[in-house]
Amino acid sequence: MIRIRDFNVRYRSGKTENHVVRGIDLTVAQGECVGIVGESGCGKSTLLRCLVGLESGWTGNIEIDGQSLGAVRGKDDLRRAQMVFQDPFGSLHPRHRIGRALSEPLRCMGLPGSPQRVAAALKEVGLPASFAHRFPHQLSGGQRQRVAIARALIIEPPILLLDEPTSALDVSVQAEILNLLSDRRDERGLTYLLVSHDLAVVAHMCDRILVMQNGVFVEELTPDNIRLAKATHPYAQHLMDVSLLSDAL
Amino acid sequence: MDTTLSIRDLSVRFAQGSVRAVDGVSFSVSSGKIGIVGESGSGKSTLGRAIMRLLPPSASISADCMTFGEHDLLRASEKDMRKLRGSVMALIMQDPRYSLNPVLPIGRQVAETAILHKGMSRKEAGEAAAAMLERVRIRDVTRVMQSYPHQISGGMGQRVMIAAMLLARPRLVIADEPTSALDVSVRGEVLELLDDLVCADGSSLLLISHDIRMVAAFCDRIIVMYQGRIVEEVTQLRDASHPYTRALIAAMPDPRHPVRRLAVPDRAKLERG
Repeated sequence: MIRIRDFNVRYRSGKTENHVVRGIDLTVAQGECVGIVGESGCGKSTLLRCLVGLESGWTGNIEIDGQSLGAVRGKDDLRRAQMVFQDPFGSLHPRHRIGRALSEPLRCMGLPGSPQRVAAALKEVGLPASFAHRFPHQLSGGQRQRVAIARALIIEPPILLLDEPTSALDVSVQAEILNLLSDRRDERGLTYLLVSHDLAVVAHMCDRILVMQNGVFVEELTPDNIRLAKATHPYAQHLMDVSLLSDAL
Repeated sequence: MDTTLSIRDLSVRFAQGSVRAVDGVSFSVSSGKIGIVGESGSGKSTLGRAIMRLLPPSASISADCMTFGEHDLLRASEKDMRKLRGSVMALIMQDPRYSLNPVLPIGRQVAETAILHKGMSRKEAGEAAAAMLERVRIRDVTRVMQSYPHQISGGMGQRVMIAAMLLARPRLVIADEPTSALDVSVRGEVLELLDDLVCADGSSLLLISHDIRMVAAFCDRIIVMYQGRIVEEVTQLRDASHPYTRALIAAMPDPRHPVRRLAVPDRAKLERG
């Protein structure tokens, strides 16, 4: 579904160059959920932003669904992958009603954006249709993140790129959002690429987990590895040790 | 000197509202690490600020008793509170990006406590600040002291705030989400630092957090708050018996007990009691 080869991201300003992502390869199969963990600045969000076309300045080869992607994305490219951002307070336009936020992607893709379609999208993420008339500030953090997920799903992409989708939320709300994401994935056979700093979340959601450090993947883990807190790379082991997963609950 | 914080039946209300952000909270702390956990809106931060008397004027605080040692925190004048804050009790805030003064160099901000509360000269305070920054393991101290908050990383900013707050050796430190702006790998270091600096000299630490797992691993006692009330106090999470605490624990993904769907707390049922 996603095939990335020899992928590099460099940011230049004057003479200094920051090599953010350093020659990574990644393959994600149809219907798979792959997690990427690592600390701030390791390049995990940059990778997602490049995939969805928000960043330029990358080199290498990205293929989604067998189609090679360039720096400029057409409608068809954008319909293949949509993104959910970390901050539900920053990712919705404060002066657009929810109905407009949801119909905009449809309009951009040249699809019919009827109120019924918006109502169905809201229902799919467990919100009442009447929310279409609300503004983002009238919603709680969890409700906003549901809207963000509905906005990503409304053009029916086969791939969802999730950048820390629950790290701004309380644990009980996080549980609701993660359940929602699992349900939608089961229903539609979606492919997820989930970036998080929370090992417990990726172990719960993902089939495989890639540990990223300084722009490269240093290890690939399975949820079982995390359960046993066993890794071979020292950095991956360090992440597990500091995640306090072994504490007696 | 007696350094017991004791609170009986503390309530906080905002403006004319009838909702109590903190509702009849009682507890006391004489030493050690006490964690206060709860979700957003549970009143945990309001509680921390009420103890420091840092709530906005629209808040009305009522309590049977709120004392720290011989100081009556309910009746102390603003002038007395200014003497207490920073010297015998300190509040470490959540986000260094918002809590540090953006137009003052780091060194001056850290030294301020020493000038105000220890009566040191500028030069002595600067030296004390440098020593403290070294203790919080800031590497290039001279450079950092001359830097402005936007020039240092979040983890460093958090350590700077800890250094500034602990410089006057307060007897009670309230840390409100001191690690939530930090990476997991730095979080451990910051907690260790707090442990070293606060508990080593017999002061007490009130750690306010939404992260129940972290609090459980770090604190001696855990106070769980929900809707402004203390629902229970435990020493270990496995002893938790209140349905809200149980629901919170069940909602956390746990790699050792994989489940297909996470358990979501039934709020309607919890609210009915």
